[in-house]
Amino acid sequence: MTTNAVEVVDVARRFGAVHALLGVDLTVAQGEFFGLLGPNGAGKTTLISILAGLARADRGRVRILGHDVVEEYRDTRRLLGVVPQELVFDPFFTVRETLRIQSGYFGLRHNDAWIDELLHHLDLTNKADANMRALSGGMKRRVLVGQALVHKPPVIVLDEPTAGVDVELRQSLWAFIRKLNRDGHTIILTTHYLEEAEALCTRIAMMKAGRIVALDTTQHLLSRFSGLTVRVSAARLPEEWTSRLQDREGQVYYLGLESYGELERLLASFRLAGIAIDELTLAGTDLEQVFLRIMAGSGTTDEPRRIAEVPES
Amino acid sequence: MTRSALSPPAFSGTGWLTLLYKELLRFWKVSFQTIAAPVLTALLYLLIFSHVLESRVSVFGGQVRYTTFLVPGLVMMSVLQNAFANASSSLIQSKITGNLIFVLLPPLSPLDIFAAYVLGAMVRGIAVGCGVFAVTLLLAPGPIAIAHPFVALAFAVLGSGILATLGLIAGIWADKFDELAAFQNFLIMPLTFLSGVFYSIHTLPPFWQALSHFNPFFYMIDGFRYGFFGLSDIAPGLSLALVAGAAVALAAVALAMLARGYKLRH
Repeated sequence: MTTNAVEVVDVARRFGAVHALLGVDLTVAQGEFFGLLGPNGAGKTTLISILAGLARADRGRVRILGHDVVEEYRDTRRLLGVVPQELVFDPFFTVRETLRIQSGYFGLRHNDAWIDELLHHLDLTNKADANMRALSGGMKRRVLVGQALVHKPPVIVLDEPTAGVDVELRQSLWAFIRKLNRDGHTIILTTHYLEEAEALCTRIAMMKAGRIVALDTTQHLLSRFSGLTVRVSAARLPEEWTSRLQDREGQVYYLGLESYGELERLLASFRLAGIAIDELTLAGTDLEQVFLRIMAGSGTTDEPRRIAEVPES
Repeated sequence: MTRSALSPPAFSGTGWLTLLYKELLRFWKVSFQTIAAPVLTALLYLLIFSHVLESRVSVFGGQVRYTTFLVPGLVMMSVLQNAFANASSSLIQSKITGNLIFVLLPPLSPLDIFAAYVLGAMVRGIAVGCGVFAVTLLLAPGPIAIAHPFVALAFAVLGSGILATLGLIAGIWADKFDELAAFQNFLIMPLTFLSGVFYSIHTLPPFWQALSHFNPFFYMIDGFRYGFFGLSDIAPGLSLALVAGAAVALAAVALAMLARGYKLRH
């Protein structure tokens, strides 16, 4: 049996009155490209911090490739590479110095060949001797990615890695991360760009208010909420279709259909009501719609009970 | 296989040595501010105090001229203040800008972090002390012989170690720059200035003399000065024991804070 890349068992954490995590269970297999999604304050960063040893769990256990993050922290920190969410840098050093120093912290003294390769992949070769202060936000972000990879960690966690990175560079960054994934590295990604998660991740966990509210393969999540959305531009909506309304922007209506067959009935209703259709488009389900429906549909009723279960500490 | 991507560490001691190197490189890159500036400050103290007081103050029963007396005090004061400043400002800067995460993510133990920050700060303190000594030699009225160099060195090492550890503790504790400034201005500065840098405590009224014995910095300065003149207010062995005890106790506090992750790991 292969060891899981990450195993999170019943992890809870509270900061004062705020329950950041309410008993999270999660397993990520080796080689997965895993997405962790959720609104701000859902607990994603707290969970990642516990994985990385930056925060402690009040209860529960976390293992990285079979090693406990508290008891065997020296092992787990070598196995894990973390790209933090905040754009942090040390203004005293150049890009190369930053990467060399980071290598040294992991016990690697002669790492220049790999550092050169990282600089190349991150398109930073001609910035190697520039001071960190002189870099743009996107470049600083890429140095952070480099710092997370200096020790070639088998498990890589990226917390919102593409925030502030322009589209072109985002593509090259993803090409590099995909290559790492193909080479066997496990990737755990949090992102606000749901289309990125949809395109990259094979499996996705959605978090809300400290809990995992959906956990499935990206394909299953999409098919679970399969259906069509019709965007109709018209003066008004026939009475019998108001129950299908998902969203509305002025005279543009978004309606949920179960199948293409319903389209005929929709058009007939408009004709019978004497309403002219100005424009009509059809769209399939994307992860954003799944995400919005899951976030809207879960989690408030049993919350008080769950909070009571968290032990005082 | 993913495991093969994980290279073993080349040398297990590299982690903390790298952090020490980073700490040294940090202050070296701004050495004008971290070394030259405090040397100039000490020089100004020497010029002004010796000008005003040289002919009026007698120390050790007239055996030592005031300006000469002042030199080791200023050297030690610079060692102490700069050791504190280096550890505390490096840590709080990293904490506030968030780049401390680069030190918290790797497999560095509490002892690794302690050793690197404290040794880095000691090097800065002693480097400034050497600078102050070099320039004051040029201005001293006569040659300054060092009676017991190893005693002076022992006090410089222990004193800088204590202040570096205090700086580390203050840097961990403080959440804002003004909290750190309060620590520095309301604790470190008064204790240094009232430790006998500028006077021998025998010239003080009895009450202030007695109070000085509760100032830990007094023993560091007095012991360091014994290394120069072979004369002191307190027996150097006692000072050394007290200073060494304080160093060990503070190191234990700092290590406990690091091991708990106090204010660093949430």
